[in-house]
Amino acid sequence: MRIVVASGKGGTGKTTVAASLALTAGDSVRFMDCDVEAPNAALFLNPVLDTRKEVGIQLPVVDEALCTHCGKCAEVCEFHAIAVIGKKILVFPELCHGCGSCTLVCPEKAISERLDVMGVLESGSTASGVDFARGVMNVGEPMAVPIIRELKKWSPARPFEIEIRDAPPGASCPVVETMRGADFALLVTEPTPFGLHDLKQVVGIARELGIPAGVVINRDGIGDNAVEAYCAEAGLPILLRIPMERRFAEGIAQGRTLVEIQPEYRKHFSAILSEIIKHTQGAPS
Amino acid sequence: MKLAISISGNKLESAFDPRFGRAAAFCLVDSETGEWTAHENPALSASGGAGVQAAQFIAKLGAQVVISGAYGPNAFDTLSPAGIEMYLAPTGETLTAADVLALFKAGKLNKAAAATHAGHHEGHR
Repeated sequence: MRIVVASGKGGTGKTTVAASLALTAGDSVRFMDCDVEAPNAALFLNPVLDTRKEVGIQLPVVDEALCTHCGKCAEVCEFHAIAVIGKKILVFPELCHGCGSCTLVCPEKAISERLDVMGVLESGSTASGVDFARGVMNVGEPMAVPIIRELKKWSPARPFEIEIRDAPPGASCPVVETMRGADFALLVTEPTPFGLHDLKQVVGIARELGIPAGVVINRDGIGDNAVEAYCAEAGLPILLRIPMERRFAEGIAQGRTLVEIQPEYRKHFSAILSEIIKHTQGAPS
Repeated sequence: MKLAISISGNKLESAFDPRFGRAAAFCLVDSETGEWTAHENPALSASGGAGVQAAQFIAKLGAQVVISGAYGPNAFDTLSPAGIEMYLAPTGETLTAADVLALFKAGKLNKAAAATHAGHHEGHR
């Protein structure tokens, strides 16, 4: 079963929830930090990262001797990353999404590909036995999606029953890619207008992708009741409320998870897992 | 000589559009005969790479000169090898394509020797 923890708004507690969920979910857990622009789950789960792989996209390399300048590659490129101008062919790496269409359509087989490294994948085990993996995008890279895609494809060190994906903030392509293929979306929000606005966006993605969703309200007690009203109206179950308490903020600032700060939370997270399993029964694991 | 002028409408009297990749249209004028045709810019709604796409379009139209208000690095790098000369028209005032053509004929426009601004795609590899 694949659970994605997303939020829309940043800083609502995705990693706090995802890390505690991972520590509660038994000994057959794979954790993926998909926030490749700023992965921080390792600060809480402390894995020993012993495996590493460079990843990126495949950029076209044109063999000028074979190219007839027919222009089919430029026509097929949705991103205008390859252009044919008279007898010249130009490749714009920063526009390329690495889809490989140009290579496929070239009738002369004049295009080969080279890996353009955009970041690394790292994996290892945590002390509690969680199989941990994350992507780390190189500074200055514009596109996170290819790294997330590679992370999702990366073979796990061992078979697992539950996969937990910690999503990036926002509601753009990297979030969509992280959510795609998940069996359940656990949406962490806070009871503020910002929290609600962004929650709605991520609910929209989950619905578009056909993923059942449930909500965790963090910093419960601040703001207003609008998130609650929206959840009732939208038929979204509220699976957990985490009150706004200074000791949680202090513990998290020290790199501790919620279940370490207050061990009773184990039973709350176990209950969330049972609920999720109920919601996803019949879904492929 | 064939000139392409970036415009916001479909006539020689249409307002000059100072954008290149995202210009609404291009007016293709024959500087000798004065004959002109208007062409919608296929790159107007491109999700990215508008400069590259517009440049290829201009090349296909057979223009030897293009007049716009700005050229990004990708547009510049595509137009240069095509041998298309890039001229800059003033962007601060309200001009029609006909005004721009007159300025060009009077030799009052400068050539762009390099891209006029940084690209819209940060983090070049």
